[in-house]
Amino acid sequence: MSEQTQFTIEQFYKYINQGKLMGGKCKKCGKIHLPPRPLCDKCFSKEFEWTEIPRKGKLLTYTIIHVAPTQFQQMAPYAVGIVQLENDLKIPGMIREVAPEKIKIGMPLTIAFETSTATSQWPQWPRYYFKPA
Amino acid sequence: MKGKPLVSIVSAGLSKFGKLEGLYAREIFAEAAKEAFDRCPNLDPKKDIKTLFVGHMGESYEHQGHTGATVADWAGLLHIPATRTETACASSGAALRAGIFAVLSGLCDTVMVGGVEKMTHRTTPEVTEYLAMASDFPFEQWHGITFPGLYALMATAHMHKYGTTEKQLAMVAVKNHYNGFLNPKAHMQKEITLEKALSSRVIAWPLKLYDCSLITDGASAIIITKPEIAKKYTDTPIHIIGSGQASDSIGIYERESFTSLIAAKIAAKQAYEMAGIKPEDVDVAEVHDCFTIAEIIAYEDLGLCKPGEGGQLIEKGETKLEGRLPANTSGGLKSKGHPVGATGTAQAYEIYLQLTEQAEKRQVKDAKIGLAHNVGGSGATATVHIFRRE
Ligand SMILES: [Zn+2]
Repeated sequence: MSEQTQFTIEQFYKYINQGKLMGGKCKKCGKIHLPPRPLCDKCFSKEFEWTEIPRKGKLLTYTIIHVAPTQFQQMAPYAVGIVQLENDLKIPGMIREVAPEKIKIGMPLTIAFETSTATSQWPQWPRYYFKPA
Repeated sequence: MKGKPLVSIVSAGLSKFGKLEGLYAREIFAEAAKEAFDRCPNLDPKKDIKTLFVGHMGESYEHQGHTGATVADWAGLLHIPATRTETACASSGAALRAGIFAVLSGLCDTVMVGGVEKMTHRTTPEVTEYLAMASDFPFEQWHGITFPGLYALMATAHMHKYGTTEKQLAMVAVKNHYNGFLNPKAHMQKEITLEKALSSRVIAWPLKLYDCSLITDGASAIIITKPEIAKKYTDTPIHIIGSGQASDSIGIYERESFTSLIAAKIAAKQAYEMAGIKPEDVDVAEVHDCFTIAEIIAYEDLGLCKPGEGGQLIEKGETKLEGRLPANTSGGLKSKGHPVGATGTAQAYEIYLQLTEQAEKRQVKDAKIGLAHNVGGSGATATVHIFRRE
């Protein structure tokens, strides 16, 4: 790679667009940041390397959103949750491809990637989501 | 130094809370400021008030930022330094703390702190969107997680870990609506039944309509001064003896716990230590019940009960008006209403009334020590203040 990628949220979503869940690993203290950040909050290092995060995790908590903001209204009701991944990493997102009443804390989930491309407005971030493993 | 007054409240004002049609935020703030001036005839506002801090969360509502100067002008305080503080729903808790800093710095003897929000002229989806701005954009808002959704994530976790029930959540709503029924300035002065709360429509499961605070217009204003000169203005100053504030990750997903707000625990510890008191010394508390689960978590974070026992505390009725530790005697955010920026100093206003025995039908007998717990967003900011009468 000729151009050094930056450890930013923008770059995180560029990887999501490629179907990859990537975190930034601090070269000094080893902490993995998901999402990546340009300054390690543990040791203040600015040196990172990309690391692919395994896609499987388990559900820590969830809710079913009935009253949604304008842009999500046509999707409601929909489920969102926080998923525990390996290395103590946690990430929130929608839970799809499962009936709301079948969702349980502790259930195994895997991350999946939306294929549709973003709008012309900022931000042009594709979305990931969770589905039963 | 423990328990020594940091500053003293010499007056306080609150606008009517509710759907204030045709009014602009600055006009509502003027109503709160006017009450604070009227309660304190010995104070000359133009001469004595040296600076103003105002909590205000969102410029989206009225397409109006620069709130400090705007409300100072409408309150008749033109030319004093006037600064907006913004920590989401804890914006005026932060204003109060900024005012304490100003007095303690020695630069200002007497300061007005307050807050304002005008929300009800917007549609519910618009308000939902503006409130969500207090949460993380790239990982929470972007994935459709609303503000009630964040507290619903905490509620599900709390129910799973401790067995807290939807019925216990509804009991918080019933209690706070009863208190609000007794408060002439509350938005919704109406009692509700447990059945009504439990059968209301789902907003973000497990949270239903009656688990959520109200979209409200309102303003609050408090006048604080150096304790040594407080008697110049009033015979019944209320001293602030503890102040704490802390922050946490903006995204709840990054936090250690989903069943407790660490920022609130840290702020509470700071405030209790400064005040030299224990949780059991508190006689009356205003806690940040933006959602019913938030009140249950607040009991636990403030040490009013053990972790996981908040549901039992409400079930036993201990936090009712006639209970051992009355909480949200004003009706709380749930029934008095939650004009976001105004809430922190509106809590201080209720404690001021309680400790000066002016709370009328909802007066707590012999209240000497009060506490206000104000949370920003889903808990990335928390402030805790402790108040004592002389
Ligand atoms: Zn590091």
